[in-house]
Amino acid sequence: MTDSNRLPPEKDPITGVETTGHEWDGLKELNNPAPRWWVLVWLVTIVWSVGYWVVYPAWPTLSGHTEGKWGWTQYKELEASQADIKARQQAYLDRFEGASFEQIMQDPELYKFAVAGGNAAFKDNCATCHGTGAAGGLGYPNLNDDDWIWGGTLEEIYATLRYGIRSAHPQTRQSAMPAFGKDGVLTAEDVNAVTDYVLTLSGAAQKPSHEKGMTVYAENCAACHGEQGKGLREFGAPNLTDAIWLYGGERAQVYNTVFNAHAGMMPAWEGRLDPNTIRQLAVYVHALGGGEKSAPVEAPAP
Amino acid sequence: MSTEAAYSAARPSYNDDVVRLFTLATIFWGIAGFVVGLLIALQLAFPQLNLEPWLNFGRLRPLHTSAVIFAFGGNALFAAAYYIVQRTCQARLWGGWLPTFTFWGYQAVIVMAGVGYLFGITQGKEYAEPEWYVDIWLTVVWVAYLLVFMGTIFKRKEKHIYVANWFFMAFIITVAVLHLGNNINIPVELFGTKSYPIVSGVQGAMIQWWYGHNAVGFFLTAGFLGMMYYFVPKQAERPIYSYRLSILHFWSLIFIYIWAGPHHLHYTALPDWAQTLGMTFSVMLWMPSWGGMINGIMTLSGAWHKLRQDPIIMFMVIAISFYGMSTFEGPLMSIKEVNALSHYTDWTIGHVHSGALGWVGFITFGMLYYLVPRLWNRTQMYSTKLIWTHLWVATLGIVLYVAAMWPAGILQGLDWRTYDEMGFLKYSFVETVLALHPYYLIRAAGGLLFVLGSLIMVYNFWRTIRGDLAADEPTVAQLKGAVA
Repeated sequence: MTDSNRLPPEKDPITGVETTGHEWDGLKELNNPAPRWWVLVWLVTIVWSVGYWVVYPAWPTLSGHTEGKWGWTQYKELEASQADIKARQQAYLDRFEGASFEQIMQDPELYKFAVAGGNAAFKDNCATCHGTGAAGGLGYPNLNDDDWIWGGTLEEIYATLRYGIRSAHPQTRQSAMPAFGKDGVLTAEDVNAVTDYVLTLSGAAQKPSHEKGMTVYAENCAACHGEQGKGLREFGAPNLTDAIWLYGGERAQVYNTVFNAHAGMMPAWEGRLDPNTIRQLAVYVHALGGGEKSAPVEAPAP
Repeated sequence: MSTEAAYSAARPSYNDDVVRLFTLATIFWGIAGFVVGLLIALQLAFPQLNLEPWLNFGRLRPLHTSAVIFAFGGNALFAAAYYIVQRTCQARLWGGWLPTFTFWGYQAVIVMAGVGYLFGITQGKEYAEPEWYVDIWLTVVWVAYLLVFMGTIFKRKEKHIYVANWFFMAFIITVAVLHLGNNINIPVELFGTKSYPIVSGVQGAMIQWWYGHNAVGFFLTAGFLGMMYYFVPKQAERPIYSYRLSILHFWSLIFIYIWAGPHHLHYTALPDWAQTLGMTFSVMLWMPSWGGMINGIMTLSGAWHKLRQDPIIMFMVIAISFYGMSTFEGPLMSIKEVNALSHYTDWTIGHVHSGALGWVGFITFGMLYYLVPRLWNRTQMYSTKLIWTHLWVATLGIVLYVAAMWPAGILQGLDWRTYDEMGFLKYSFVETVLALHPYYLIRAAGGLLFVLGSLIMVYNFWRTIRGDLAADEPTVAQLKGAVA
C-alpha cells in the first residue's frame, strides 16, 4: 500500500478553497471548515438538552433515576390535563348520580348532559356493531325505530345494556330459537311452508302451501312469536308482522333463519362502563327516536 | 477528466456482475414494493379491497414496508456499497464467489419473509416481522456481506478510506448488532414457525424501538448517506464541500442516533427518564443529520447551472432536500408536546414517506440513472426527457402524499383530544376515520403518480440496456460540441 493518492493540496479553481490532497476514483474533498452556524445550533441543542435533564427526570442511577427539579412525571401531567375535563363533568354528575330516569327526563339540563354523554360513549363502544347513526345492519338491530325486541322503555333499555344479550352475565337477556331444519324438528318442506306463511304476515302474497304453513306456525312458532306473529318481548321474540327483519327479509334469509336459527349476542356493559355512563347510554338510545314511555310510577314530588 | 481517464486505464478488473444483479433486483423489488404500497393505500380508502385472508391490510402492510426498506433499499445499498468500495479502494471485491452468494442469499431472505407475511407468519415486531428461521438465514448472509466489504477495505490500494465507506461500515456493522439484539427468540415448535422473544413487556418494547429507530438511522440514513457521498460529487463533478464536516457529522450521527429510540414510546409504560433521554438525544441529532445535507447541497456550489440541464442532479438535490426536511421533522416530532399530538396519527406516515419516497427513493433513482448506462457499457441513457418526466411525476406524487398526510394527522390528533363543554369527547375514533377518506384518496393518487414515474424509469432502463437512443436525444458528442 503506497501513498499514491496523497497529492499536494491544490486550489479548487471555482471556490478558491484548498483540497485535502486526497483523491479516490477522481473524487476530492475541499478543506472547508464546518459552517459556524451549524456548530452553534448544535451547541444550543446540547445546552438545551442538558438544561432539560436538570429539570426533568433523565438519568438512571444505582437506586433509581434523577427526578428533575420540577418534579414532573407523566402521571402528574395526565392528572392535570384531565382535571379540567373532570371538573366540567362533575358539575353535572353530582346531580345526575342521584337522579332517577324520570327526574332526568324532566330536567332539561340533566337530559342534555345524559344525551351528550351517551352519544360519546355510543360512538366509541356501540357504533362498531350498531353503526355511527345507530341504524344497525344484518344481525344488529336498528335503534332508531320503535321496533324493540327486548323492550323500549328506559328501564328495559338500561337492563339490556347492563346485562347484555346472551352474554356471560348471570342476569343476561336469554333466549334461543331452535334450529328447526338443522336439528330435524321440521322437514325441509315444513320449513319452506312456514317461511312462506311468515312472509304473508307482513303482506306477502299467499302460496299454495299457506294452510300447511299456518299449521306448522301454530304448532312451533306461536308459543314465542304469538298467534298473530306480533312477538313477545319476555322471550325476546321479534314481531314478525312489521317488515323489520334482524336477519333479513328476503325469502332465502327468512328460510335460513328458520332452518339454522340465529343467536346474536351483545356484551354486558356492567363492569366495563361505569353506571353513570350506562345510564347516559340508556337515555341516548331512548332518545334516538323509538323510546317508549315507562310504566307509570308514583307521581314525582312537586 | 484526465485523472478519471488515468484511473480507468489503471483500474483493476472490478466485479460488476454482482453490482448488475443487485441493480436489477433494486428495480424489480422497488416496483413490487411501490405497487403493494399503492394497493394498501387504496385498501385504507376502500376497505372492500381487503381480500381475506392472504391479501388483507394486516398482511400486506409488512409486505410493503419490508419490500421498500429491505428489498428495494437493501438491494440498492448492496449495489452502492459493492460499486463504490471497489472504485474508492481500487480493488476487486474480496471473497471470490462470496459476493454472488450474498446476492442470492439476500433474495432468499426477501422471498422467505414475503411469503411468510402472506401466510400470516410474523413476530409482530414492526420492521422485524420475519420469524426465527429467516432471522438466522439473514445473519449468515449479513456476515458474508460484512466479510466481503471489510475484505475489500483491507486489500485497498488507497491509503485513506473514503467517507462513503465509513458510512457503509457503520451501516453494515450496526444493522448486524440491531438484528441480533432484537431477535433473541426461542422457537416453540420443532417443525413450526412460531417463536417468542426472551425479553417481554416494556423492556421488549424498548429493545424493539432501539432496533426500529436505528433501522431508520443506520439502514435508511447512514447507508444512503454513503450512496450520496459518492454519486453526488461524481454526477456534479465537484469535490466534497467539507472534509472536516464529514468527520464531525459522521461520528456525531452514529454516536447520537443509537440513543434516540425511546421517542417511539412517549407517554407509555416506559419510565419518564428513558423518554427524556430519547427525546433530548433526538433533538441533539438534528445538526449531525443536517451535516450530511449541508455537505451534499454545498458540494454543488460551482455547479448550480447543472440543475437546469441534468435531471439526475435534480433527483439528488430533491432527495437531499427531503432528507433535510425529514431530519428536521423527526427531532420536532420527538418532542413530547408535539408527539402527544402527532403520535399514532397519519402525520407519522407522512413523515416516514417524505423520508422514504423523497430521500431514499430519489437518491436511489439518481444512483440508478448514473449506474445503468455505465454498468451496461452504454454512452448515455435512452432518453433524458423521460428522466425529467419521471422526476416531475414522482415529485408531484410525493407532494400529494405528504400534503395529504400532514393535515390528516393533525386532524386526527386534534379531534381525538377535543372535549365538549360538558367534559365529553367530542369526536369518536370512527368519526375521524370517516373524515380521513378524502385525504386517503389524495394519498393514493400521490402513490399512483410515484408508481407511474417508476414505470417510466423501467422503460427508460430497458431501452438503454437494449442500446437504443431516443430520436430527439442529443448524443454525448453533440452535447460536448454545443458546450465547446
